[in-house]
Amino acid sequence: MLDQIIRMVEAPYLKKEPDKFGPGDTVKVHLKTNEGDKERVQIFQGIVISIRGRGVNRNFTVRKVSQGIGVEKTFPLHSPLVKQVEVVREGKVRRAKIYYIRGKVGKSARIKEKKKISK
Amino acid sequence: MIGIVGQKIGMTRIFNKDGKVIPVTVIQAKPNRITQIKTTKKDGYNAIQVGAFEIPFRKLNKPMRGHLKGGKGYRVLKEFRVSNIKKFKVGTEIGVDLFAPGDIVNCTATSKGKGFQGPIKRHGFRGLPKTHGQSDKFRSPGSLGGSSFPSRVFKGKRMAGRTGGKTTTVKNLKIIKVDEKNSLLVISGCVPGYNGAVVLVKKTVKGIENVPSR
Repeated sequence: MLDQIIRMVEAPYLKKEPDKFGPGDTVKVHLKTNEGDKERVQIFQGIVISIRGRGVNRNFTVRKVSQGIGVEKTFPLHSPLVKQVEVVREGKVRRAKIYYIRGKVGKSARIKEKKKISK
Repeated sequence: MIGIVGQKIGMTRIFNKDGKVIPVTVIQAKPNRITQIKTTKKDGYNAIQVGAFEIPFRKLNKPMRGHLKGGKGYRVLKEFRVSNIKKFKVGTEIGVDLFAPGDIVNCTATSKGKGFQGPIKRHGFRGLPKTHGQSDKFRSPGSLGGSSFPSRVFKGKRMAGRTGGKTTTVKNLKIIKVDEKNSLLVISGCVPGYNGAVVLVKKTVKGIENVPSR
């Protein structure tokens, strides 16, 4: 009962069709940012290492290596600031959370691409 | 000040116009019916008494049946002190339309019981150093009463004990949304008590106060 009411309150804040992607995918996150009074779209590209949470609280973490330093950002999936999540490459992974990639460098930090079945 | 009795539904988060996240508590407050009006003449003070959480009349005990005679049964009766009682009439209802988005309210409820807790959690003590030869007293309250003076423990000394489960008020919370159809209030921030707890949402005396805007 109580849970249903919470879902009802959240409903207007949910995106109708959130972009589909999974852990292991390489994505481009289009992020709306304000610089002074100008609005601009910033892109953060990396590997999705975790998707968690329910309803409006659903968020995902993207990791990239920038100038040799690992950078991770967590975005709320339903945030109006996240304009689009574009899948660049689908990854083939066996886990829901790709945290093991944190300790890896170079060759071992790669993720195999998912093979698409073509007719 | 006048308010409404409701039930805490739980917390969630919503996005504001700028895309910022606001943590919110959802409170369901079905219309409260005024059951009695207290006057200075008769009772020594002016107040309205409201009933919330309707239950079948047959479930009431005899004194309550007498008090609510003929009307509906209520699980909770609460009083709100008001200065002008002429505005109110027994039998009328108070709903969530009492509030508008942007209003500042105080919320009162019984906080979650936390059992027997040490002085750090209960009173915010700092504990003792964790290093410099310290071995097993990190979370101790320290000295209580001295040796030669005062040689006793003062009354009311803050110590470990039962924590939570007490009536607590959180002040200056902002109303984000009012849903009259479903009798819901969406309030910015957290409210004491477990999900399902009885919560009093009261208007503040000063109205809008100095609250950091979200």
